[in-house]
Amino acid sequence: MTHGTAAVAKVDSPRSPYARRKTTRGNYELYSWVFMRASGVVLLVLIFGHLFVNLMVGEGVHAIDFGFVAGKWASPMWQVWDLLMLWLAMIHGTNGVRTIINDYATRDVTRGVLKGLLYLAFAVVVVLGTLVIFTFDACPPGSPAELLPSFCTA
Amino acid sequence: MTATLEAPAPAAGEIPSFTVTLRVRRFNPEVSDEATWQDFTVEAHGTDRILDALHKIKWDEDGSLTFRRSCAHGVCGSDAMRINGRNRLACKTLLKDVNPDKPITVEPIKGLPVVKDLVVDMEPFFASYREIMPFLITTGNEPSKERYQSPEDRARFDDTTKCILCAACTSSCPVFWTDGQYFGPAAIVNAHRFIFDSRDEGGSQRLEILNDKEGVWRCRTTFNCTEACPRGIEVTKAIQEVKRAMITRAF
Repeated sequence: MTHGTAAVAKVDSPRSPYARRKTTRGNYELYSWVFMRASGVVLLVLIFGHLFVNLMVGEGVHAIDFGFVAGKWASPMWQVWDLLMLWLAMIHGTNGVRTIINDYATRDVTRGVLKGLLYLAFAVVVVLGTLVIFTFDACPPGSPAELLPSFCTA
Repeated sequence: MTATLEAPAPAAGEIPSFTVTLRVRRFNPEVSDEATWQDFTVEAHGTDRILDALHKIKWDEDGSLTFRRSCAHGVCGSDAMRINGRNRLACKTLLKDVNPDKPITVEPIKGLPVVKDLVVDMEPFFASYREIMPFLITTGNEPSKERYQSPEDRARFDDTTKCILCAACTSSCPVFWTDGQYFGPAAIVNAHRFIFDSRDEGGSQRLEILNDKEGVWRCRTTFNCTEACPRGIEVTKAIQEVKRAMITRAF
């Protein structure tokens, strides 16, 4: 059997990646799994509540303009509602895409790059969104009165 | 040689016979690094299984065709293969049940390194099986008689005792295909068999092992494993029960 050794070496190489690389025990994946279920239920309420109030109550979709949004965000209830919706949706979505990347990316480099882009997108949207909700000025000076909510004086 | 064989055996005359084409995935690392498809046409009876057709090919046509089989009756779990794109045991699949009008594709199970033709290296599969400690763990002195168990307690894990470790479930799992790091359904099923055994005391150790990043939380409930299991084990259900046990333990 002169061909024996070379052929065996060829068969050996694909086996190596199959050993489990390291033990990664801990409750992280457990909490992430529970979070996905819990946030999913909360998001159902938040999103359909949001859609109902914006699109169906009163004049419905035709009422949406700067004044409508400004009026909503003048109330702390809607600030908390939208902030919660933003954060939960972003964490829920990011975690879901993270799972998909883990499942489908076969190379560690690809996985790392994709996750880096994902977390960057997450950070940009969450920071920007939070900033808007908290620093939003309902009555910017010098704008036409018919666009502003009714409680704006001057 | 062939003259001694009477082609249509008279005894089998009453069973309808037909010709069937098997499209087999061939791989021989001593010849080529590429796997290729090869068609074999054999005469078969309505009572023949995929395994009988493979035997006919190996014995009468091409002796180099390589596959595993031991008991040939669906108990040893040696001959799991991908037949028409689904993981089955070659010894439990009748040719007439997988549409013999078209060529039947026969491939090695996916996600494990192929050694030759239909034979795969099962070591990664058994490595994760060993990791969940598939043996009874108890504390205290050995009892002087058998360990009693009520029929209800026995029924709790009855389904998962049926596993024959054929790897049909694990190699049907898309998560396992990606990088082979996932423990796989078979390891979880065999952990389930001990976790829910009233006589076993290693439950929390096993749950701890499967709480790994590559453990039960990588299951996406696609039900491929349940569909693939030749023993009819409700694999996905067993995995969910292990998940539930972990959550009730954590909160």
